[in-house]
Amino acid sequence: MSFSGVDFLGIEDMLSEDERAVRDLVRAFVDEDVLPIIEECAYEGRFPVELVPKMAAMNLFGSTISEYGLPGLNSVAYGLMAQELERGDSGLRSFVSVQSSLVMYPIYTYGSKEQKDRWIPALARGESIGCFGLTEPDFGSNPAGMRTVAKRDGNDWILNGAKSWITNGSIADVALVWAKVGDVNGPVRGFLVERGMKGFTAPEHRMKMSLRASVTSQLVFEDVRVPAASVLPGVEGLKGPLSCLTQARYGISWGGLGSAMATYTCALDYAKSRKQFKDRPIASHQLVQAKFAFMITEITKGQLLALRLGRMRDAGTMKPEHVSMVKRNNVWVARECAKLAREILGANGIVGEYPVFRHLANIESVFTYEGTHDIHTLVLGQAVTGIPSYNPPME
Amino acid sequence: MNHIVCIAYVPDTETKIRIAAGGVSIDEADVKWIVSPYDEYALEGALQMKEAKGGTVTALTFGPARADTGLRECLARGADDAIRIASEGLGEVDSLGVARLLAGAIKALPHDVVWMGNKGVGTDAQVLVPMLAELLDLPHVNLVTKLEWKDGAVLAYREIEGAREIVEMPLPGVIGATKGLNEPRYASLKGIMAAKKKAIAVKTPADAGVDPVTVAGEAAHVRWTKLELPPARQAVKLVPGDDPAKAATELLRLLRDEAKVL
Repeated sequence: MSFSGVDFLGIEDMLSEDERAVRDLVRAFVDEDVLPIIEECAYEGRFPVELVPKMAAMNLFGSTISEYGLPGLNSVAYGLMAQELERGDSGLRSFVSVQSSLVMYPIYTYGSKEQKDRWIPALARGESIGCFGLTEPDFGSNPAGMRTVAKRDGNDWILNGAKSWITNGSIADVALVWAKVGDVNGPVRGFLVERGMKGFTAPEHRMKMSLRASVTSQLVFEDVRVPAASVLPGVEGLKGPLSCLTQARYGISWGGLGSAMATYTCALDYAKSRKQFKDRPIASHQLVQAKFAFMITEITKGQLLALRLGRMRDAGTMKPEHVSMVKRNNVWVARECAKLAREILGANGIVGEYPVFRHLANIESVFTYEGTHDIHTLVLGQAVTGIPSYNPPME
Repeated sequence: MNHIVCIAYVPDTETKIRIAAGGVSIDEADVKWIVSPYDEYALEGALQMKEAKGGTVTALTFGPARADTGLRECLARGADDAIRIASEGLGEVDSLGVARLLAGAIKALPHDVVWMGNKGVGTDAQVLVPMLAELLDLPHVNLVTKLEWKDGAVLAYREIEGAREIVEMPLPGVIGATKGLNEPRYASLKGIMAAKKKAIAVKTPADAGVDPVTVAGEAAHVRWTKLELPPARQAVKLVPGDDPAKAATELLRLLRDEAKVL
C-alpha cells in the first residue's frame, strides 16, 4: 500500500511542481524499497547498506549542491526528501543527513579544491561513506569542552582523543573530525581522517535500543598521523561544526514530520479497521478521536513551520534559533504521535508487524541528538531574552 | 535510433474508484494519477536502448493538462522530449480514436521503435498496440518480456501458454512491453531538475492530422453506457477446524449449497 501523504490544510498548493516531484520520487522509493525490509533490518540491528547505490543513483547525497553535477535542490525539496526518508526510518534519514549535511556540506563549504575534487564526487556516488565527529564521551551539549587534540609534527598533525555517538562511524571511509589544535585551549579545526590510518579505530556502540537500522560508533584516535593537506582550510573555531549542525537540524525539522506521519497514518488505518464494543471501529470512540485531533493538528502546524523555515533558508534569512524552534517542535510532535499511536494500537503497538514501536524507539534518539530538546529550548530562551542561561555570563 | 514511447496517465491502481453523477464516468476528485506501470516498462526499454546505442526518446500522450505531470516524470527519467496531444473539449474518445491521434503525431516524427505497455491500467482495453501498428503500417510484437537487438531487426521473447515464443520483427516496428521486460528505474533528482527546464510540446488533434469530429462523441465506435461498481464483498465465513473431517464436510456443503461452485 503506497503512502498518499498527510495534508489537512492543502499545503500541497504551496509547493512547486518540482518540489512535489522530488517528494513523490523519494516517497515511492521508501514505499517500494525501504518499508519491505526496514523492520527486519531494525530487528537484526543492521543498516541496509544495499540501499546506498540506489540512493546515490537518485542523487540523494549532497542534493542541495549544484556544482559537481549535483542537482542543486532548493531547501523545501530537500526538506521533503528528509521527511519521506524519515517516514521510512529515522536511521535512514540520519545516514543521508550525515553524508550530505555533515560531511559533503563542510567539505564543499570549507574544503580546498583538492579535498572537494577528491571527496564530493565519491561521496555523491556513494562509493565513499562519511561520518562527522564532534560529540565526545564527556562533551555533548557543550562541544567547546572537547578534549580531542591535534599537535603539529613537521608537515603532519598527530591526533589524540575519542568521539562518541557517531552515525556511520564504523562504515565510514572518511571521518570529518573536529579537534583542538595545539592543546585543549587551542582553536577547533576540521580534519579529514581516513579509514585505515594507523591508530584510528571505530568500535560500534553495542546494545542500542533505538536507531537500530543505523550504525553508531565511537571514533578512537591514538597518535593518528594526519597530513596537513587533510585539514579543512576554510574554517576555524566552533562555528565550523555548528554551521554544519544547523544544516542537519534543518533536515531533521522535516524528518520529524515524516516520523509523525508514519505513526499517525498507521494508527488511523488501524483504528478504522479494529472493532471493539458492538462491532464498531475504535475510530468511532471519542477518546481515540481526541488523539487523532491532536496528532493531525500538531502535524499540520509542524508542516507550516517547516515550510516557512525552508522558504527563509532559501531567502537567506534563516537563523540558527529559527532552526532550533522547528527541530524542537517537530521532533516533539513525532515523539507525541508515536506514543499516541502506540496507545491506539494496544498490544499491536509493540510488535514489528507495525512500524509504530520502531519509530517510537527511534525518535527517542532524535529527541536528544543534534541539540537536545532542552538545549533548543534554551537557545529559544536566549533568542527572546538576550540572556544565555546554559552558559551565563560570570557575575 | 529514435524511440517514441506512448504513455497513458491513469488513476493509480490503489485509487478507490467512485462513479460520477450520470453513471458513465468516474469521479476524478481525489484520484491520484500515475504513468501506467506497463508504459514504465516501455519507457525503461527505450531508455536502455538509447543508453546502449544512442538516439532519442520522445514521450507521447493524449490527455488533459494533468498528464503533463506524467510526461515530466518521463523526462526526469531520461526522455529527451515530450509531446501531449490535448484532449480538452473533445469529450469521450475511444481506443481507435486515441490510436489515430497517436499515429498522426508519430508520423510527423522520425521513429525506429514505437513503444507502449501492452495495456494502460485505465479502461484496460488492451487494443492500442495492434491498432497503432496498423495505422502506422508497421509490424508489431506484443506482450514482450525480453528483447535482443539485431541489425535492422529485434528478437522479441513472449511468454505463451506452456512455452516461450521468439519473434523476429524488422524495424521500424511497434513493441508492446509487459511485466518482466525490465525493472523500471527511479528518476533522479538531477533528472527532475533538468526536466523542469524542458518544454512539453502541446499539440491539437488538428496538428496530428485528425479532425476531432471524426474521433469524438458520436463518431466514437465504442461508448460507455453505464458504469457499475462490483458488489460489495461479503464477510469471510470461517469454518471451525477442531475436527478436520467435520470441517471438510461442512466446507463441501458450503461450496456446493451456498457458493454453488461445485
